[in-house]
Amino acid sequence: MRRSDLGEFEEVVLLAVAALSPKAYSVMIAEELERETGNSVSTGAVHAALQRLEQKGYLTSQLGEATAERGGRRKRLFTVTALGGRVLSDVRAVRNRLWDRIIPNIRLEWS
Amino acid sequence: MKTPPRLADRLLRLFCAPHLREEVLGDLHERYVLRVERLGKTRARRRYWRDVLAYVRPEFIKRKPDQFPTPTNTTMIRNYVKVAFRNLVKNKAYSAINIGGLSVGMAVAMLIGLWINDELSANKHHKHYETLYQVKMSQTFDGHRGTQDAIPFPLGEELKTKYQDFKAVAMYDRGEGQHSLVVSNQKFLKHGVFIGEDAVDMFSLTVLDGDKAPLKEPYSIVLSDETAHTLFGSQNPIGKVVKLDNSVDLKVTAVVAKQPTNATLQFDYLLPWQLQEKIYNWIGKYHKTNWGNNSWGVFVQLKDGIDPAQTNAKIKDVVLAHLSNDPNVRKLVKPALFLHPMAKWRLYSEFAEGENTGGFIRYVRLFGVFGLFILIIACINFMNLSTARSEKRAKEVGVRKAVGSGRKQLIGQFLSESTLIAILALVLALGIVLISLPAFNTLTEKTMAIEFGNPIFWAVVVVFTLFTGLLAGSYPALYLSSFNPVKILKGGIHIGKSASLPRKTLVVVQFTFSVALMIGTVIIYEQIQYGKNRPAGFTNKGLLSVPASSNLMTHFEALRAELLATGAVSSICQTNSPPTEIWSSNTGWEWKGSTPEDKSAIFTTITTNYDYIKTMGITLKEGRDFSREFATDSSGVILNESAVKRMGLKHPLGERLRWAEKDRTVVGVVPDLVMESPYQAIRPLTIVFENWTSYLDVRINPAIAPAVAIQKMTPIFDKYNPGFPFDYKFADTEYEKKFNYEEFIGNLSAIVCVLAIFISCLGLFGLASFMAEQRTKEIGIRKVLGASIANVWGLLSRDFIQLVIIAAVVASPIAWYAMQKWLDEYTYRINIGISVFLIVLVAALLITLVTISYQAIKAALMNPVKSLRSE
Repeated sequence: MRRSDLGEFEEVVLLAVAALSPKAYSVMIAEELERETGNSVSTGAVHAALQRLEQKGYLTSQLGEATAERGGRRKRLFTVTALGGRVLSDVRAVRNRLWDRIIPNIRLEWS
Repeated sequence: MKTPPRLADRLLRLFCAPHLREEVLGDLHERYVLRVERLGKTRARRRYWRDVLAYVRPEFIKRKPDQFPTPTNTTMIRNYVKVAFRNLVKNKAYSAINIGGLSVGMAVAMLIGLWINDELSANKHHKHYETLYQVKMSQTFDGHRGTQDAIPFPLGEELKTKYQDFKAVAMYDRGEGQHSLVVSNQKFLKHGVFIGEDAVDMFSLTVLDGDKAPLKEPYSIVLSDETAHTLFGSQNPIGKVVKLDNSVDLKVTAVVAKQPTNATLQFDYLLPWQLQEKIYNWIGKYHKTNWGNNSWGVFVQLKDGIDPAQTNAKIKDVVLAHLSNDPNVRKLVKPALFLHPMAKWRLYSEFAEGENTGGFIRYVRLFGVFGLFILIIACINFMNLSTARSEKRAKEVGVRKAVGSGRKQLIGQFLSESTLIAILALVLALGIVLISLPAFNTLTEKTMAIEFGNPIFWAVVVVFTLFTGLLAGSYPALYLSSFNPVKILKGGIHIGKSASLPRKTLVVVQFTFSVALMIGTVIIYEQIQYGKNRPAGFTNKGLLSVPASSNLMTHFEALRAELLATGAVSSICQTNSPPTEIWSSNTGWEWKGSTPEDKSAIFTTITTNYDYIKTMGITLKEGRDFSREFATDSSGVILNESAVKRMGLKHPLGERLRWAEKDRTVVGVVPDLVMESPYQAIRPLTIVFENWTSYLDVRINPAIAPAVAIQKMTPIFDKYNPGFPFDYKFADTEYEKKFNYEEFIGNLSAIVCVLAIFISCLGLFGLASFMAEQRTKEIGIRKVLGASIANVWGLLSRDFIQLVIIAAVVASPIAWYAMQKWLDEYTYRINIGISVFLIVLVAALLITLVTISYQAIKAALMNPVKSLRSE
């Protein structure tokens, strides 16, 4: 498995999908990321990332219900696939292992 | 305002791939609403723009590839074709009406197209089409400026030697051109032209055999391939000898290809121009240097790059300059020459008061319009029937839409269906054209053929078919595809009412064309009949004319005696033109009280000696025929009533007139004889006692059948006229030919008219059957409630009758105006009365009633139990 094909933004978006499931769609994700990071996030960027993730097989999507504020348009809802879940936990495991190797006093210095 | 910036949306729609638009726009709008609540409208709008621009990425711009970019699988198309064919087969009557009507319309349009093409392409086969001209001359007589081909003999030489503009000049004789050709005891009468040697190159005649410049030798003759075959069979004709008019031997120097029938220059053989002087001594005597006698014609070819307008200016006064001694010519007649280009020879040959007023092109245009009419009528049929039947197809449209057909696909389906029918109709139309072409050629006296090898023909046919198919299919295609599937499938749609107005309009248009054509045709035939009923003033039945040769003239008295002795001939006379024509007209008559200007008045001239009135069967108004008993009659003259009127003679008998340096006394007055056009005013005629004989008129004894009389006369003519076949023409058949032109126009428009009515009625028949079918239940209920057959019949007929009456009301003034313009060309013409319009209206109504009655009565006779059973 080539983990290098998961970019940082993509990883965050993938995580957000997992977190917001089953109501994950681009507006929700963008809003969530904006709230979490404080930076403005456009739906365009999120949507593009979602498309890439779907292409890689980490996500699946289907069209959801239409709402009035969308002008009667349907939204595309995303869910994490098994492969996506594994990738996420892999990434997380790598990070955790690396975190664990950091000497505790260094951690203290940061704080 | 809660809506986001429209402009941004429009921009997005522009670049964003269609399959992503829904979710993208949805996202943007949803987020906009959130932001308005959070940040206010202004900032939300600004952010909206930024967000929209963030979508400008390849992922969103790139269109989704077509799922089936190259459909190897043609299921849907096959389905269309299959459905189309099933529909055709299911409704056999409709299909027959549809395809039959359309193909008849197409066939007529094609035939008319062929005819127009033939007319327009006339003379184009000549290589020098662009630079060839005929020199014409305009002159004023009696206050009117007339234009003629006839020019004086010396003009050709003058143009050739003194003017640099001409590359070639060819004089020709304008005579009737019938000469006898004798080859080893076989006699033939053929049509030939004396023509200048340049003509072969000018008209790019194809020399098949022999000398390439064949008319240089005065005693030579050039045969067309057809004539060569008649004269010599399969022998090689070059160098062989042909005897012309029993007088001179000519050597065949070349054989050229026969000209196509639409060429202006027609001949069986050509004779050298110089030969004329050798065989007719009067040419050298009277004409060679005479600028005042206009009997010949001249063709010229300009050098490349010469502007004809300049040449016109140069040659305008050539004739006038030579006749300037005569004050009458200078002041009144004012002859002016000009060039008439080859492109206008056939279709723009008429002149009035010195201006080109068109000519046959009028009829070419007229029939072009007719062709278009017929095609439109046929297309209207198709459209009407298709829309009328659309209710039946509505369910199909509904199902197709529900299953997922787009409007475009449905339009495509119906257009391809109508194109398919158009192609079927085309195949049928080609068949009809092939079958009817020989008859059409006879009618039009042409030799047209479909040029199957010609790519232009196919291009025209394909464009024509597509045009017809698309035009015919456009209305149903656009109309049917606009149905709402929910409504159709619920069964609630009733298109009969909403679609009936355009349908009625189309029927009215169709019948307007038909009724206008009918009125026009009736008027043309009335006018022909009117001309035929005009009293001719002489008896053309049992009257023969025979060309007079010098042999016949020398032995005239003996010939006369022998003919009378047979008992088959009651009278014979000499004259200068056959009974149904006047070849000579002259100015220069003087009478008591005539002014010098009157010398330019034109009188037509017949020359004769004895027995003219008797032979022609004319009843004199006053006086008597020239008689052998009065020696003074050799200076006598007989006038017609118009001439008496023109001269203003109160008591014409015994009046002294002067013409051609001779005093003449009026001995008789004849009624206005119709010898020229039966539709024009009769020109003042003088019958003078002179020996310019070129014809013998023979009156057959009415007690003897003409065929028997001919049999008895033949040996006598053969005896006195060796070297000539016995050539005679019946005056009554020649007289009939005067109506050829009008009859041709009348017959052609009658055919077009009948077809137009036929096609319209086909459509009406289809519509009526549809209406009857649609109202089956209504009729059933009416019958149960006590309606009679006549009631139901009236109910169904009323609508159509109304339409036809409206059409007649629209068509009548149009037809009246057009026909009035047509009649304006004739001096002797009918007045268009109201009766024509009434007759045509009644006829149209009858035709309509007969057409729809079958359906109406069928519907009225239907058992209501059957029609109402299903409810």
